[in-house]
Amino acid sequence: MAASAAAAIASPSRCGLFSSQGFSGSTRSLQWRKSEKRNVRKAVRGVITAKIELSPPPYSLDALEPHMSRETFEYHWGKHHRAYVDNLNKQIVGTELDTKTLEEIIRATYNNGDLLPPFNNAAQVWNHDFFWESMKPGGGGKPSGELLELINRDFGSFEAFVSEFKAAGATQFGSGWAWLVYKANRLDVGNAVNPRPSDEDKKLIVVKSPNAINPLVWDYSPLLTVDVWEHAYYLDFQNRRPDYISTFMEKLVSWDAVSSRLEAASARALEREREEEKKRTEYEGGDETNSEAVEMYLESDADESEAD
Amino acid sequence: MALRTLLTRKTLTAPPLGVRGLQTFSLPDLSYDYGDLEPAISAEIMQLHHHKHHQTYITNYNKALEQLDGAITKGDASTVVKLQSAIKFNGGGHVNHSIFWQNLAPVRQGGGEPPKGSLGWAVDNHFGSLEALIQKMNAEGAALQGSGWVWLGLDKEFKRLVVETTPNQDPLVTKGPNLVPLLGIDVWEHAYYLQYKNVRPDYLKNIWKVINWKYASEIYDRECP
Repeated sequence: MAASAAAAIASPSRCGLFSSQGFSGSTRSLQWRKSEKRNVRKAVRGVITAKIELSPPPYSLDALEPHMSRETFEYHWGKHHRAYVDNLNKQIVGTELDTKTLEEIIRATYNNGDLLPPFNNAAQVWNHDFFWESMKPGGGGKPSGELLELINRDFGSFEAFVSEFKAAGATQFGSGWAWLVYKANRLDVGNAVNPRPSDEDKKLIVVKSPNAINPLVWDYSPLLTVDVWEHAYYLDFQNRRPDYISTFMEKLVSWDAVSSRLEAASARALEREREEEKKRTEYEGGDETNSEAVEMYLESDADESEAD
Repeated sequence: MALRTLLTRKTLTAPPLGVRGLQTFSLPDLSYDYGDLEPAISAEIMQLHHHKHHQTYITNYNKALEQLDGAITKGDASTVVKLQSAIKFNGGGHVNHSIFWQNLAPVRQGGGEPPKGSLGWAVDNHFGSLEALIQKMNAEGAALQGSGWVWLGLDKEFKRLVVETTPNQDPLVTKGPNLVPLLGIDVWEHAYYLQYKNVRPDYLKNIWKVINWKYASEIYDRECP
């Protein structure tokens, strides 16, 4: 059903795209439909574009030499990243996804693991933006301040963290990513109430993910990533992925970026806690609310025969 | 059984035996030089692909097998289960690449020549033409996200040709126990990146110039006599 709705949008590249993606008939919870409010997106001489853009890395393409070559950037950013952006825009133009932010598109098309076609492109756009910003010229060295404290607390030592991060990258079989994330332990079960949170719940952990998957879909806050798709390192390192990851850690990581992401993640977690605290007090407080609930239950028992 | 046949075809001499006679594996030789598939596939790629990537799968497969052997002997069930992914990755990598080297041949050894005989007939019958098969395999290979393989397989039970893809190093048999691989094309980036960079479709277009249909025909005739 979604396939025919999408195919109704007259565009040859669009139809071709779907057939090559093997869009099967399985049920899709996300409805794709043309926005009723506007029929034309930023039309310029008949060229319709959606709004996701290719951002350049925050440094020139040769700035990370000799550790990551200009040639790698010309392909990795100039071809791979650009293609993810272009293909995503082609997929979402004229659909309700077109009005959403990149992160919203990722969460929507993740579709609880039953990936919709735009997911791969959307997630890879985000992943690569995040990856360029995880590096800087003259990077490497050690983190400091709160970040280093948390690393020491959650991994035992900086060296232990590096070892675990490298192992994750080396053992992510096939294509994928290794991540340092900030994980707030939250129950995410509808009406259930979280046990009272403490600082211990908010941990730094290392995770790895295949292909385009990223920790946003697990509701973690990513702090650092390394791309271990072969295209990320093959021109510079060929099959030597462990050497590439070591070079990344020793010469390229921007600990400044990681620290400011940690700050943002902590602030977000605090904000969520406050909201949950509010919800918890609302739930616990007020006898009326409780007894109403009890009464409703009793009544519905008696009213069985009156169904519909 | 098919695997052992493949391995003893080339120069795999007396395999090293472990304490209990555990059979481990070594890198099969190619029946052509690294540069013989140029310009379709560069010598640099062939050397890295065979001598580094395939060798690493074998090394890690042997390691996993030894660990598995130990765990089985000790009755350590959770280790046995934990090792399954390493065995699938590395064993699959060894199986798939052993087939791949035989799927390729220099032009002077018949690489690129269309299939004749019963396989040629079956291709025309199932897909309409060789061109149609190639187009289908190339489309599926290009669309594969991440790493994996695109296969021409034979369904032994229904005597029918199929085109399938598998992710990572999953062998074709993971898509169906009756599937026999006739032709596999590696679409991991390591198979083409140094030469074709991001343009996987160009690699897929060119590899057909060195595809060894003779090997595929042999397998087909054996399964469908």
